[in-house]
Amino acid sequence: MSEDWRGIWVVAEHRHGALLAVTGELLGAARRLGEASRQEVAAVLCGHGVEKLAGELFAWGADRVYLVDDPRLAANVDDYHAEAVAKLIQEERPSVVLVGGTFFGRSLAPRVAARLGTGLTADATEVELDPESGLLRLTKPSYGGDVLAVITCPERRPQMATLRPHTLPAPQRQEGRQGVLERRTFAPVREARMAILEAVSEGACAANLADARVIVAGGRGLGDPKNFKLLEELAAVLGGAVAASRAVTDLGWYPAACLVGQTGLTVAPRLYIACGISGAIQHVVGIRRAGTIVAINKDPHAPIFEIAHYGIVGDVLEVVPALTAELRRRLGR
Amino acid sequence: MEMVVCVKQVPDASEVRVDPATNNLMREGVPSIMNPFDRHAIEAALRLREAVGGRITALSMGPPQAEEVLREAIALGVDEAVLVCDRAFAGSDTLATSYTLALAIRKLGAVDLVLCGQQSIDGETAQVGPELAEHLGFAQCSYVRALGKPAEGALEVERAAEDGYERVRLLLPAVLTVMKELNEPRLPSLKGMLRAKKAELRIWTAADLGADPSRIGQAGSPTRVAGVFAPQRGKKAQLLTGSVVEQVQALVERLQAERVI
Ligand SMILES: Cc1cc2nc3c(=O)[nH]c(=O)nc-3n(C[C@H](O)[C@H](O)[C@H](O)COP(=O)(O)OP(=O)(O)OC[C@H]3O[C@@H](n4cnc5c(N)ncnc54)[C@H](O)[C@@H]3O)c2cc1C
Ligand SMILES: Nc1ncnc2c1ncn2[C@@H]1O[C@H](COP(=O)(O)O)[C@@H](O)[C@H]1O
Repeated sequence: MSEDWRGIWVVAEHRHGALLAVTGELLGAARRLGEASRQEVAAVLCGHGVEKLAGELFAWGADRVYLVDDPRLAANVDDYHAEAVAKLIQEERPSVVLVGGTFFGRSLAPRVAARLGTGLTADATEVELDPESGLLRLTKPSYGGDVLAVITCPERRPQMATLRPHTLPAPQRQEGRQGVLERRTFAPVREARMAILEAVSEGACAANLADARVIVAGGRGLGDPKNFKLLEELAAVLGGAVAASRAVTDLGWYPAACLVGQTGLTVAPRLYIACGISGAIQHVVGIRRAGTIVAINKDPHAPIFEIAHYGIVGDVLEVVPALTAELRRRLGR
Repeated sequence: MEMVVCVKQVPDASEVRVDPATNNLMREGVPSIMNPFDRHAIEAALRLREAVGGRITALSMGPPQAEEVLREAIALGVDEAVLVCDRAFAGSDTLATSYTLALAIRKLGAVDLVLCGQQSIDGETAQVGPELAEHLGFAQCSYVRALGKPAEGALEVERAAEDGYERVRLLLPAVLTVMKELNEPRLPSLKGMLRAKKAELRIWTAADLGADPSRIGQAGSPTRVAGVFAPQRGKKAQLLTGSVVEQVQALVERLQAERVI
């Protein structure tokens, strides 16, 4: 029965008129899966006035884009989006549906899965096709990251998963790549039971950090606010954003909107570079979901080294410029 | 206001590990606790009851010992508790769990609000709440970080978004999953603890719920755990050595090899 379900799908997510980076990451993964199993890669794009985003989806690897453009889909109304996505799935019968593991994605995907009566793996960090069975195998951290579980959905279709942002490699963008655009109408059978009254963005810093693949964060160890310039240079080479610890936002060295931790933002970049940050628990809770953590601190006993993957014991003012120079040389930027 | 709070008994996740030799979960001797997020769901319900009146039922699906978390909920102040308990429910994934909890909520009668924790600390899926709403046909909102007062059959909440938050209006009945930021849970009162000791819990089986056998337990669960293993990386940082230039070179090499950059 699962034979006639074919195609690898990605549910696109956008905010303020731009696609989220995670959508590109999912398309990169979908391309790999699609090429390995000779299946078409398609993206579902729901929204209003979003047709212009289709080109980007093709560039990231979609062969086909299903566009559902309707004013009722302008905001993230789960009821409507779940209905639009579920209906398309019922009509087209894809084998795999991948959704970004964002706040909205993790609210929407279970609505769709329950509607279809299929399995859904949450917040996966790796995705592959089993070469023998052709089944999707998802790796998902559980028990606070101390356990990794491999989850499959052997019988029902589609096989669904949300994937943690910034854990998959960045997609290769192919300028000018073309695909098929299919427009579908939206005709909900039931009115939404919810309304979004207002979507409040808490400043550019929050938006940038939320979608950043690389974050360079500075703490009191920088010694002087002007040294944040070094972090900005490092972040620029990596295409990343700059964040700060509470000690420095309290001192007024950096905007409070960029604070990471218990009283600030929770971030999940692929790479987090902590510069002159001690690693107090209130800071660390904000970066638990980061992929790789690098710590630069002159105190070898700083608690940040307990949770970092790589550590450099040294003076930030010396290490950071050296790292920036090395990256410029290697990455040719 | 008729409210239901879904509470789950979970192993204290900070103590669960995978045996790297056998790839088995090591859960022996690990204490069971109330899922920490669910305390915030209970607290939210208690505050709503204080504000507008009503009744709160704590609901859990699990083995007989899950009774402990329900007694804890009573000690905190909920009015009643129901344990959904049957061997037939063993092996449930989020779809089967949410189907089963939905049947129990229907059996309770008219309900205005269902509150869940943001996620469980064992499975960490955050899926049971939204799936529950789908089965019940209720409105739904996940990641709730602020809660208004219900009025005229509707409720205003704030839910988290990556770059800020959204203000959402929901028609009742609704299912919410709540974040820790929402409130500071209270401690049980002495009176509550005495009540909890004596309280009679209702225990419902699959037959009591009229559950479709193909939709519960392992049979009703589309997903399979194909294996568990321990993360490869140790917890402590690998400290790089050599001169600053050597350390920086080594770091960039590793990050490139691991395709982090
Ligand atoms: C209720 C509460 C909530 C909080 N919420 C947050 C939060 O959301 N986010 C947050 O970040 N904090 C939070 N804090 C504060 C937190 O406890 C720490 O005080 C704070 O994170 C410390 O910031 P820091 O690491 O930059 O500074 P410090 O703790 O002063 O650490 C500076 C580090 O830099 C190193 N260093 C010094 N000079 C150099 C050099 N030249 N080169 C290299 N390394 C150097 C030092 O060895 C030290 O480890 C909270 C605290 C409380 C009580
Ligand atoms: N077996 C269960 N019994 C009662 N509530 C549950 C159960 N499983 C999950 N929940 C609820 O659903 C929330 C999310 O759990 P999860 O989807 O497993 O991350 C929890 O915080 C509980 O409120």
